[in-house]
Amino acid sequence: MTLERFLIIGAILFAIGLYGALSKRHAIAVLMSLELMFNGVNLTAVALSRYTIPAALSQSQYAIDNAARFILTGQIFTIFIITVAAAEIALGLAIIIAIYRSRQTVLVTEASDLRK
Amino acid sequence: MTPTSAAENALITEIIFWIIALSTVVSAIAVVQIKDLFRAALFLIVTLLGVAGMFILLRAEFLAGVQLMIYVGAISVLIIFAILMTRDIDEGSPSHSFRIPVALISVIFMGLAIYVVSNTDWNLLSPQALPEDQMGDVQTILSNGIPNLASMLLRDFVLAFEAVSLLLLAAVLGALALVRGR
Repeated sequence: MTLERFLIIGAILFAIGLYGALSKRHAIAVLMSLELMFNGVNLTAVALSRYTIPAALSQSQYAIDNAARFILTGQIFTIFIITVAAAEIALGLAIIIAIYRSRQTVLVTEASDLRK
Repeated sequence: MTPTSAAENALITEIIFWIIALSTVVSAIAVVQIKDLFRAALFLIVTLLGVAGMFILLRAEFLAGVQLMIYVGAISVLIIFAILMTRDIDEGSPSHSFRIPVALISVIFMGLAIYVVSNTDWNLLSPQALPEDQMGDVQTILSNGIPNLASMLLRDFVLAFEAVSLLLLAAVLGALALVRGR
């Protein structure tokens, strides 16, 4: 139960973010929904590595010797995801502001061509 | 189910978990439902704070700090700045016309995920699955996470670490190049 409830919260966050990212027309709202999805994934990764052990443990001696460290792998993944998300949000907002300057709109449906 | 210490099983932890879970999910729904984008951004901050609380419940205190600094501190400020800079186009937060099928897809996905999660036989971390001395190591590593995180980051994952630093540099330069006035 302890693992499953974190995974379920993560799935709910991801589903809400998915709905927002696909249904919103405002570009900043889409980016905010993407952040929700990232957070659902992060929660899932940390919870999984905190409560489970890899199946390889029963086979390789290296895995058995380093078993305790697998508990932190999800946190490492989450650190990388947060870094990539930060880069993505900075670039995304820069692109939105550039589009806003050049054609006075922030709706993704009205900025779907590449020409000015 | 070790490693769970006595404090983790206490009733107060249960109550805190459900309070955090409820506020996280409710404010996440508010993010996609509220028309006013500025308020939606404020609710996004509540959601991010809730996830930080979840990280603390998962014994990932360092990640909770990172979440507070990067998401709550930096990304939310960036989003609010962008909303304010494009504020004169006040169209609220309109949705596509195919909102209903998208909602259906999301609900189906959520149902599937919950079904799979609750029907999987997880390979749980338990005293039977690990040798005796490794269980002790798990407790030590959890309570002393930051040095271990650092050694993993700079030893096992050092290539990804360098790649991600290059990515950040490129993102900063790209963002500057994009928003610089002509």
